[in-house]
Amino acid sequence: MTVAVNPSQTGEPLFYLADEHPHPEGWSTALGFWIYLMSDCLIFAILFATYGVLGGNYAAGPAPKDLFDLNLVAVNTSMLLLSSITYGFAMLTMQQNKIGQTQMWLAITGLFGAAFIGIELTEFAHMIHEGATPQRSAFLSAFFTLVGTHGLHVSCGLIWLVTLMVQVQRFGLIEANRRRLMCLSMFWHFLDVVWIGVFTFVYLLGVLR
Amino acid sequence: MSPDFLKLIFGRLTFESLPLHEPIVVGTFVVVALGGAALLGGLTYFRLWGYLWREWFTTVDHKRIGIMYMILGIVMLLRGFADALMMRGQQMLAFGGSEGYLNAHHYDQVFTAHGVIMIFFVAMPLVTGLMNYVVPLQIGARDVSFPFLNNFSFWMTVGGAVLVMASLFIGEFARTGWLAYPPLSNIGYSPDVGVDYYIWALQVAGVGTTLSGINLICTIVKLRCPGMTMMKMPVFTWTSLCTNVLIVASFPVLTVVLALLSLDRYVGTNFFTNDFGGSPMMYVNLIWIWGHPEVYILVLPAFGIFSEVTSTFSGKRLFGYTSMVYATVVITILSYLVWLHHFFTMGSGASVNSFFGITTMIISIPTGAKMFNWLFTMYRGRIRYELPMMWTIAFMLTFVIGGMTGVLLAVPPADFVLHNSLFLIAHFHNVIIGGVVFGAFAGINYWFPKAFGFKLDPFWGKMSFWFWVTGFYLAFMPLYVLGLMGVTRRLRVFDDPSLQIWFVIAAIGALFIFIGILSMLMQFAVSLLKREQLKDVTGDPWDARTLEWATSSPPPDYNFAFTPVVHDNDAWWDMKKRGYQRPLTGFKPIHMPSSTGTGIILAGFATAMGFGLIWYMWWLAAASFIAMLAVGIGHTFNYHRDFDIPAEDIIRTEDARTKLLAGAK
Repeated sequence: MTVAVNPSQTGEPLFYLADEHPHPEGWSTALGFWIYLMSDCLIFAILFATYGVLGGNYAAGPAPKDLFDLNLVAVNTSMLLLSSITYGFAMLTMQQNKIGQTQMWLAITGLFGAAFIGIELTEFAHMIHEGATPQRSAFLSAFFTLVGTHGLHVSCGLIWLVTLMVQVQRFGLIEANRRRLMCLSMFWHFLDVVWIGVFTFVYLLGVLR
Repeated sequence: MSPDFLKLIFGRLTFESLPLHEPIVVGTFVVVALGGAALLGGLTYFRLWGYLWREWFTTVDHKRIGIMYMILGIVMLLRGFADALMMRGQQMLAFGGSEGYLNAHHYDQVFTAHGVIMIFFVAMPLVTGLMNYVVPLQIGARDVSFPFLNNFSFWMTVGGAVLVMASLFIGEFARTGWLAYPPLSNIGYSPDVGVDYYIWALQVAGVGTTLSGINLICTIVKLRCPGMTMMKMPVFTWTSLCTNVLIVASFPVLTVVLALLSLDRYVGTNFFTNDFGGSPMMYVNLIWIWGHPEVYILVLPAFGIFSEVTSTFSGKRLFGYTSMVYATVVITILSYLVWLHHFFTMGSGASVNSFFGITTMIISIPTGAKMFNWLFTMYRGRIRYELPMMWTIAFMLTFVIGGMTGVLLAVPPADFVLHNSLFLIAHFHNVIIGGVVFGAFAGINYWFPKAFGFKLDPFWGKMSFWFWVTGFYLAFMPLYVLGLMGVTRRLRVFDDPSLQIWFVIAAIGALFIFIGILSMLMQFAVSLLKREQLKDVTGDPWDARTLEWATSSPPPDYNFAFTPVVHDNDAWWDMKKRGYQRPLTGFKPIHMPSSTGTGIILAGFATAMGFGLIWYMWWLAAASFIAMLAVGIGHTFNYHRDFDIPAEDIIRTEDARTKLLAGAK
């Protein structure tokens, strides 16, 4: 909508563009991806709400105090926060057109992400081993689903990250790949923000109550 | 072969799963199989598969996808309506000790399938189809923002419909009612595949709906032609925008709540159980947080259609455009603040019920404003009673009645008496048929000539109209009476013989509607045969006002040879009034997206995955999931997704139109 809509020189109203420039490729992508992220955010919102309603229903089973190891969660959180920083570095080097460094930062981001997933799975395995299974109580159902959905998102992000690294390697930092890296960047930081919510409301407040 | 091996391959699917003991289902299957075989044979005989695949199944053209949505909606309407006829027949007969002709097992599936199909696979495809077809044309765009995604969304909707249809012949459908409340829908009380069919059909289709919502929002926000500010958008585009915002903001809730239900059923979690801290009422809350916006998702585009039709056929600018837009936006917001009125009887207390009762009543204010806007548009207009206008007037009369019974139900004490009664059934059919269905029919009759280049036959259209409208009143006014007498919904047999006459009247009404539906099919067939007589070469058969009528009928692939520039709300009317001359020279190549088969393949795997999950065929589910991932990732390696239509092709198309237009004068 950058075109002037004034009448043409002759005074006749202009009803069509004789010389038009098509929208550049990916014209709607950023907006579309934001809207997608908001719909995803709603998924987490409902899971948070579910946790809020059911989070205190221990059914005579274990409570957060008995289960959560805040030290482990702190390490895990730092993994994810660091991965966000390193993704930021990847984007900065992408702006400077440095393929090698971009790939390196992406790889480091992936490693942090994988470490996050690894620690989370260890935590889950430990809890299940102790009998705190998702079936044990509504609290645990809501806990595993909320945290697990986040973990599933990070895993999808990892698959996406690897795919993009292959594509950057093969086709270079072309416009389409930059756009994709930008989308994944938004996705990655979004998951980081969601995790801060999980860390605060599930783990910290859980141990307090 | 050992039973263990068979179980590994087929999960819980056995020969006993086929409903061979149900003569009605077997008969239906025979008819469907014969019809299907005839159709497939015909397609093969006339060598149409290649054409269908290239031109339709893999297309990314919003117009063709829109038409395919409409076909899906109409086909599923036949299935959903067959269920309705069966229910009306059963309730008419099951008096005085008679058990009717449907056993409880079958009857419960019928009413569940009726609701699910009519909402998700009839109303949604019809509404989405119209938006898909019309919105890009109305805003002067060449396609939607994400054409491939559009194709994928459509096929996901089809995938959901396929799963629902499969449940008729393989296994069974849910016996829970259309929203599958737990604990009834939980594994303890519904151990069979019915609820799983329900879950996966809606999950598969829901992905498509959400993505198509994102797509259309982006299209409207980013692809409007120069000059079309937000407050110059046609009202149908406005209502489409609001509807798609509602879709994106509500379907994720449905996705989550169904996912939690499936976790309860598959993994044994305790979200909606009665034990271990679960809360079944949370399901009811969550599903209605999606469910109430959903009814506005359906009816807002219908309001948009009525706005276009009223102003076109009254020959006047729409009265109160700005108030119409604000009313739409207010309805969009309020639709999130009323969900609890679906279960006042839950016992949330007087304060909570009052809040939701009042918000519900407030919605009638913007809706009433719209009604007056349409009336004032007609006032002193030169009204032409063509079919779209007839449907609009039927809507205005019918919807007001439905709206008033809705306000009545919004009063919590009254709702305690009428909750889950046939009064409620009459109310929501009153607004959904009177609003959404009449709206879809107005839209079909209005835009059909745009899509195909010839008008629909008025005689059979009027037959359809009168049978539908009278049939509607015959079928549903008795239900108001029965509801006030205390008859609850979903009953299979009755004791009180004095009620029977009302059910007989309702069944006659259903038959009238049946004739209405047949007349509509007849209308399509007759119009196709008489297409030369009904032909319109101008592209503007109704002397209409918005931009979709500025191009030819059917529009070329690229919609507009030159992107239009808009100066007025009624852009095309303004162009006609100010002596717009259609450009005849200076055509340039046009950049367009290419067709792709990825959408249908992905949706096929998604459907197979759903089927695998329903029947516990874990290998099928896993293999389909991996295939989906592989195809999806593979698709991203294709960087060349568009092409240029050469200028010569455009010159040829536009010259042909110039000759046609010259011949018409």
